[in-house]
Amino acid sequence: MNGLLSMLRGNVRQYGMIIALAAIVILFQITTDGVLLKPINVSNLVVQNAQILILAIGMVIVIVARHIDLSVGSVAAFVGAVCAILMTKHDVPWFLAVVLCLMLGAAIGAWHGFWVAHVGIPAFIVTLSSMLLFRGLTLVVLEGATVGGLPEDFKKIGNGFLPEVGPDTGLHNLTMIIAVLVIAALVFLEFRKRAAAKKYNFEVLPFGLFILKLAVLGVVIFYFSYLLAQARGLPIVGLILFALIAIYTFIMNRTVFGRHVYAVGGNVEAATMSGVNTKRTDFLVMTNMGLLAGLAGLVTTARLTAANPKAGVNFELDAIAASFIGGAAVTGGVGTVIGAIIGGLVMGVLNNGMSLNGVSIDWQQAIKGLVLLFAVAFDVWNKKRTAGGGGAGAEAYESTAPPPDELADEIAAMEHDLPGTEALPPDRTTT
Amino acid sequence: MAQPILEMRDITKKFPGVTALSDVNLVVHRSEIHAICGENGAGKSTLMKVLSGVHPHGSYEGEIVFEGNPVGFSNIRQSEAAGIVIIHQELALIPELSIAENIFLGNETASGGVINWDEANHRAIELLARVGLRENPLTPVKHLGIGKQQLVEIAKALSKEVKLLILDEPTAALNDDDSQHLLDLLKGLQGKGITSIMISHKLNEIARVADEITIIRDGKTIETLDVTTGDVDEDRIIRGMVGRDLEHRFPDHTPDIGEVMFEIRDWTVMHPLDHHREVIRKANLKVRAGEIVGIAGLMGAGRTELARSIFGRSYGSRNEGTLILNGKELTLSTVTAAIDAGIAYVSEDRKGLGLNLLDDIKTSISSAALGKLVKGLTVDERKEVLVAEGYRKSLNIKAPSVTVGVSKLSGGNQQKVVLSKWMYTDPQLLILDEPTRGIDVGAKFEIYGIIQELARTGRGVLVISSELPELLGLCDRIYTLAEGVITREFDRSEATQESLMRYMTVDAR
Repeated sequence: MNGLLSMLRGNVRQYGMIIALAAIVILFQITTDGVLLKPINVSNLVVQNAQILILAIGMVIVIVARHIDLSVGSVAAFVGAVCAILMTKHDVPWFLAVVLCLMLGAAIGAWHGFWVAHVGIPAFIVTLSSMLLFRGLTLVVLEGATVGGLPEDFKKIGNGFLPEVGPDTGLHNLTMIIAVLVIAALVFLEFRKRAAAKKYNFEVLPFGLFILKLAVLGVVIFYFSYLLAQARGLPIVGLILFALIAIYTFIMNRTVFGRHVYAVGGNVEAATMSGVNTKRTDFLVMTNMGLLAGLAGLVTTARLTAANPKAGVNFELDAIAASFIGGAAVTGGVGTVIGAIIGGLVMGVLNNGMSLNGVSIDWQQAIKGLVLLFAVAFDVWNKKRTAGGGGAGAEAYESTAPPPDELADEIAAMEHDLPGTEALPPDRTTT
Repeated sequence: MAQPILEMRDITKKFPGVTALSDVNLVVHRSEIHAICGENGAGKSTLMKVLSGVHPHGSYEGEIVFEGNPVGFSNIRQSEAAGIVIIHQELALIPELSIAENIFLGNETASGGVINWDEANHRAIELLARVGLRENPLTPVKHLGIGKQQLVEIAKALSKEVKLLILDEPTAALNDDDSQHLLDLLKGLQGKGITSIMISHKLNEIARVADEITIIRDGKTIETLDVTTGDVDEDRIIRGMVGRDLEHRFPDHTPDIGEVMFEIRDWTVMHPLDHHREVIRKANLKVRAGEIVGIAGLMGAGRTELARSIFGRSYGSRNEGTLILNGKELTLSTVTAAIDAGIAYVSEDRKGLGLNLLDDIKTSISSAALGKLVKGLTVDERKEVLVAEGYRKSLNIKAPSVTVGVSKLSGGNQQKVVLSKWMYTDPQLLILDEPTRGIDVGAKFEIYGIIQELARTGRGVLVISSELPELLGLCDRIYTLAEGVITREFDRSEATQESLMRYMTVDAR
């Protein structure tokens, strides 16, 4: 029990939102008489929210780097519009159109990056300008009308599903196979991480709790996949989304670029004085957001089977809200991809659940607004209670124990190679 | 001796898991200057927070008697109403507002919510006269130097009819002239019946102006010294603070000096905004391998600007001059280039430029040389932990593990983390800007040791410091800097505080 409590204390923000998500799911499951978790509804949930979740991944990185991007909705609409025009009016093959349009998204992001990083205009202003600019250009490109008649293959990006393989089991086989592989990979990675943490005497969950955590995680993934497999299987957009979550989590946690994003967001002057190329970091962060906004635009266009001048309105606000609900800090330096996804799911389930309950769209807006406020208020309150915080080591293992003796030799060997310590006498103590 | 104005009896303040103060007693007599000394983390600030109501009545044990009456404040407003005003180390002035607006902020001369500016400005002039500041009260505070801003803070305190003035490190950011003026002012206020409590690390100042000194160590009152008897000197205070005799405030060190390894010639740096203003003019400076070289200069002389212009032009709009490292002439136009060439710069602004306070120890240490930890696509986190553990051990960073957030460390340990970060870049030349600012005596000694060891490994070290005794104790050679011009070079043997000060204050232009 103590372990559980200290685990919750250590990661109250992240776990708090998971618990909130679970509570919302259970609440709506009850109030909708079980409709919420019906296979077909879960399938819809993924398809309907994919574009916001894709945007949230990019947005949380932008916010960690202490910026904001208000243009993503307009950029998504514009890229979707250009793609539709290319395919319908100019007979460009759909895959080529997709590649070109992703490049277009990245180029728009680079445009933002140039003004933000190299001219030094606040991202708020630059992207506010683009929000207007690209909404206007969308209307220009589409000549104010909806453009449909898109290729079937293209539409699958938005509402297609993985193909059926193997014998008829009543379930979508490929989905279940992927689920089992994902769970196996997750268990493997978690065990490896735990072993490494233990080696350095970092605090780890008691073994029982660790297994419990893995079991809960495994059951949730398995059940989720089982639901999808009962319907039409894993949506293609879901696969894209899961791949993006994995890739961006890896980038933010494990690569030098990810470190630099947290460093720039945490203290840009200190990062500059440590030799971080802060301009390049800012530029790449904004460019990446453009790329993901382009992707979200393609997904939206494909799902709606048409490019629409009003597509993507308020996407930026949903993505920003998802990031903040998921624990990103307005001041930068704090936030995780997985947090933003959880934040996005909180919003998505709220939308879906309230719709199923017949709550009107205007009340939905109002309630979502309050949820955002209370989530961030909880964050502020929580920070006041427990000073100190995450940063690049967002997984915040905090340990109170020195490294174990077995490591002493390895550390000693390392110490030998550390610049500057050559002449230091061994075992220095305060005089 | 006069009656006590303040008695704090058996104050105990506990935070979760830590007892910050245990049975602390403090007696301050009317119209005296009472200094509180102690290492960082000894509990000085906590004690003042208890007194001023930041830690409200009821959150601590013990009794406070002010002017003969038991008091217990729940917030700062109440303590200020009673006549107790704190001036914090970080000044609480609003740069865009005028002197008068700042003085009366939160305490406006108003009737029915409308401010009477004529009266306010008139009163401001009177208050400014009392603190000896001749400035128009309509001047925005941002146009004042830090020393004058400090005086505005005191004027603000006087406007609140202060009886007991508490100053937390009032001279930490001031140059010697401004410090002198401030200390004289405190003496003057003392003559007018205002009692002061002063927290300071500058022991020479304390020995000069304080009437009594209370020493706190590890949350306990150690002793109260009566300075007026005349036998309290710096060494006596240090002994009380650290609980041990620091016979030598500097570790023993025999320099082993080699060839010239770093040199700048005719180095001129232009102001980043005013492209015609020379912040540094034709500076010439050499550092030999294994040598510790000091730069002595007053605030505003251009010390930090010189250092940062060398460190990849992180200061200044246009540089002229030659920079030679290990016999090669280099053009270092970015910080990254400077780091790659083997230069490290430890900033005076530890929290602003040195650390990302959201990071833990290991990520902070690796942050300037992350490239050395790259394995394939990723940062080798295993090696990162080993590196950090290695430095934690060899530099005696006091933290249970390298996963502790740097924001939770004391100033001395934060500085050791910053030093580790730069040592890991394997620099040839280290520029240390105020390496012991805000660090307690024990940790200072350790940091001096580290600096000497760095020199012993054949590296060159350039130390910038406001504390002349530190430069004299540590450096093999010292340059004096005044108004952006290097005015003289001193050998260790010929330098004294007086001679350095003379060349730091000459009219150089």
